[in-house]
Amino acid sequence: MSLSNRHLLGLYGVPKEDIQLILDTATTFREVLERPIKKVPTLQGKTIVNLFYENSTRTRISFELAQKRLSADTINFSTSTSSTKKGETFKDTVRNIEAMKVDMIVVRHQSAGVPQYLTRISKANIINAGDGIHEHPTQGLLDMYSIRERLGRLEGLKVCIVGDVAHSRVALSNIFGLKAMGAQVTVCGPTTMIPIGIESLGVKVIHSIDDAIANNDVLNVLRIQLERNAGVRIPSLREYHQYFGVTTERIEKYNRDILILHPGPINRGVELSSEVADGPYQVILDQVTNGVAIRMAVLYLLGTMH
Amino acid sequence: MKIILKQVRLLNPEQKLDKKDDLLIENGVIKKIGGLTETDFKSSKVFEFENKICIPGLFDMHVHLREPGREDEETIETGSNAAAAGGFTGVACMPNTNPDIDSAEIVRFIKEKSKNHLVNVYPVAAATLNRKGEALSPMFELVESGAVAFSDDGTVIKTAAVLRSVMEYSKMFDTPIIEHCEDDSLSDGAMNEGLTSTLLGLPAIPNVAEDLIVARDIMMAEFIGARIHIAHISTKGAVDLVRQAKKKGIKVTAEVTPHHFTLTDDNIKSFDTNYKMSPPLRTRADIDAIIEGLKDGTIDVIASDHAPHSIEEKEMEFIYAPNGIVGLETTPGLVLSELVHKKHLTLEQAVEKFSINPRKILKISIPGIKEGEKADLTILDEDSIWTVDISKFKSKSKNSPFDKRLMTGRSVAVINNNKMFYEDKFIEI
Repeated sequence: MSLSNRHLLGLYGVPKEDIQLILDTATTFREVLERPIKKVPTLQGKTIVNLFYENSTRTRISFELAQKRLSADTINFSTSTSSTKKGETFKDTVRNIEAMKVDMIVVRHQSAGVPQYLTRISKANIINAGDGIHEHPTQGLLDMYSIRERLGRLEGLKVCIVGDVAHSRVALSNIFGLKAMGAQVTVCGPTTMIPIGIESLGVKVIHSIDDAIANNDVLNVLRIQLERNAGVRIPSLREYHQYFGVTTERIEKYNRDILILHPGPINRGVELSSEVADGPYQVILDQVTNGVAIRMAVLYLLGTMH
Repeated sequence: MKIILKQVRLLNPEQKLDKKDDLLIENGVIKKIGGLTETDFKSSKVFEFENKICIPGLFDMHVHLREPGREDEETIETGSNAAAAGGFTGVACMPNTNPDIDSAEIVRFIKEKSKNHLVNVYPVAAATLNRKGEALSPMFELVESGAVAFSDDGTVIKTAAVLRSVMEYSKMFDTPIIEHCEDDSLSDGAMNEGLTSTLLGLPAIPNVAEDLIVARDIMMAEFIGARIHIAHISTKGAVDLVRQAKKKGIKVTAEVTPHHFTLTDDNIKSFDTNYKMSPPLRTRADIDAIIEGLKDGTIDVIASDHAPHSIEEKEMEFIYAPNGIVGLETTPGLVLSELVHKKHLTLEQAVEKFSINPRKILKISIPGIKEGEKADLTILDEDSIWTVDISKFKSKSKNSPFDKRLMTGRSVAVINNNKMFYEDKFIEI
C-alpha cells in the first residue's frame, strides 16, 4: 500500500484510503513510542529539512522528534523574517538547501500556497507544516487519530470545530479530512469568525456553544489567536469566554460524553476553562503524543515511496 | 515615402465608415482613399491587406511605464515598443513612478523621452502630491505641460475631503479624475473574498471594498459636477452603480481590463502569482455583469492596466508578491477572442471602447480615416489564430498569466508619426 501523492500539501482532495493508511501506519508507530528504545531504522540515510518561516515550537519539535525516531538526518532552517525583508529570495534559499541533496522538506510559512510553490521549484517530497490560514494537514490527521483512538471510529461521528474558524489552518484541514472520513462537521463561533461559503462544503454553522456541546460527540476547540488580530472580530476575551468558552458547567449540563480536543497552546480561561483543560473530557496531551506518531507515519510513507 | 494599404476594410464608427478600398499614405498623411492610379501603385510600397481591417489607432488609457524609477521593469521606450507590437498608437501612463508624476518637470521628461516614437504617450498626473492624498498636485502647471488627467492610481484618493478639493480644482481644466476604487481599510488581502479564498486560506478583499468607493466618488462627482472615470472596474455592484449614475446624468465613465472579463478567482488555485491583481480577479457573476456593462455602454473603455514587474519580484510567496500583469501585447487578442468572436460586442463597439472612447474621455483628437488626415491607424486581422509567447514580448517584463494561450485575432500593423510597425520591426514611411 502506498499514498496516491508524493507530497502532503493539505487534506483537500486527499482520498479516504490515503487517510486510512496514514492513521493505520501511525498506530504501529504509536506502539514504537511506548517501547524502551523508541527508534527504528526506517529512514536511515534520508535527509530532511525543516524549513520554518514562522515561529513554531511544538510543530517543529514534533516533526524533529519524528524524524529522529525514524533515524533520518535532520536540518533545521528557521527564520521569522520574510524573504522580502531579507537579501535572499525564498526561491534562492530553497535552491541552496536543495543543492545540499535533501530528500524531504517540511515547510511552515505565513503565506498560503508556499508548499504548492515548493513542489514546482524542488524535487524533494514536500510536507506542509502550516501555510498561512490555509492548511495544517498533520494537525488534521493527528486530531482524527486522537478521535479514532478514543471513540473507535470517525464515520458517522458528529464533530464540531469551535472558535476562529475563518483564520485557522487547523479548521480547514480538519474539515476536509473529517468529511472525507464520513464524519458530520459543524462549526461554531461568532459570525465574524466563520469563513464565507463554508456551508457549501457540507458544513453546518451554529453560534451557540451550548448547542455545540449538546449535539456533538467531539469538540475541537481552536485557540483564539490574538496574534492573528482576533481582537477586531470579538469585543473582548471576557465576552468570548462567557458566550463561546467551554466550561465544566456547560459540559455537565449538556453532554458528559463529549470529547474535547485542542491543538494548543491553550489560552486558559478563554476558549477552555482551566478545569476543562485539565479535566477528564479532554485528550490534549494524547494529541501531542499522537502528533509524533502521525508525523512518523507521514514521513515514512512519503520517504519510502518510489 | 508612399505606401498603399491594398483592399483593406476601412472601419471607423465615429465617421460611420465601413468599406473596402485602397488607402494611399504619403509622408505620414492619408492622401487618397480609392481611385488609385497605376502610377500610384508603381511609386508606392504596397501592402496586401485584403481581409484585414483598418481602424483609428488603438489607444490604451491605463498603462504603467515605470520610468522614471523602475527602468529595470519597463522604460518609456520598451513600453512604447510593447504598445506598438500590441497594436496601439497611443497610451496614457499612470503617475505612480518614482518620483511620482506630480511636477511639470516629470511630465516634460516623459513627453521629451517619447517624442520620436510611433506611439504617443500622454502622462496622467498625480491628483495629490506624492499621491499621498493630502495636498493637491500643481494642476495648472501639470495640465500646461501636457498632463491629460489626474489620478492617485495604485491607491484611492484617501479622504472625501481631499477628493472634493481635487474635483473642485480640476473642474477648471475639465480633466477627468481617474480613480482606483478600493477602500483601504478593506483591501488588506491577496485575492477576492469568497468560497475560493476560504478554500485557499488567503487573506481576501470583498467586492464591497470597491463598491463603497465607486458610490462615494459618484456622489461626489454629482455634488461637485466634476468628471470621474472609474479605473479597472471589477465588481457587479460597481457596474450597477455606474449604470444608475449614468441614467441620472452624472459625469461618470468606466474602464475594464481584459483580465477582469476573462479570468476568475478560480485561477488562483495554482497559487501562480501572475493571477494576483489589484483589484483582484472576481467571480463568474462579476464577469457576466461586466460583459452586460460593456454591451449596454455602462463600461466605456477597455484598458490593459499594463503593470510590468520583474521576475524576482513576481516569483515570490503569494501574499508578498506585487499586484498586476503586463497587458499591452495581449489586449487586442483578448478583446477579439473573448468579446467579439463570442458575440458580446460587435467589432464597431470594440473599436469604440479601445480607440475612440478613451480619446474622448481624455479630450485627445480622434484620428479620422479621411484624405488629408494624419495617418494614425491600426490594422487588425480578426481571424488570425496565434499563441501567446511571453519570450517574444517587447515589454521588459514578462509577468502574464496568458502565456501559451490560444487567441483568435490580433493587430498586424500600426501606423503613426510617419512610422509603421509591421512584421516585428519599425519602418520609416
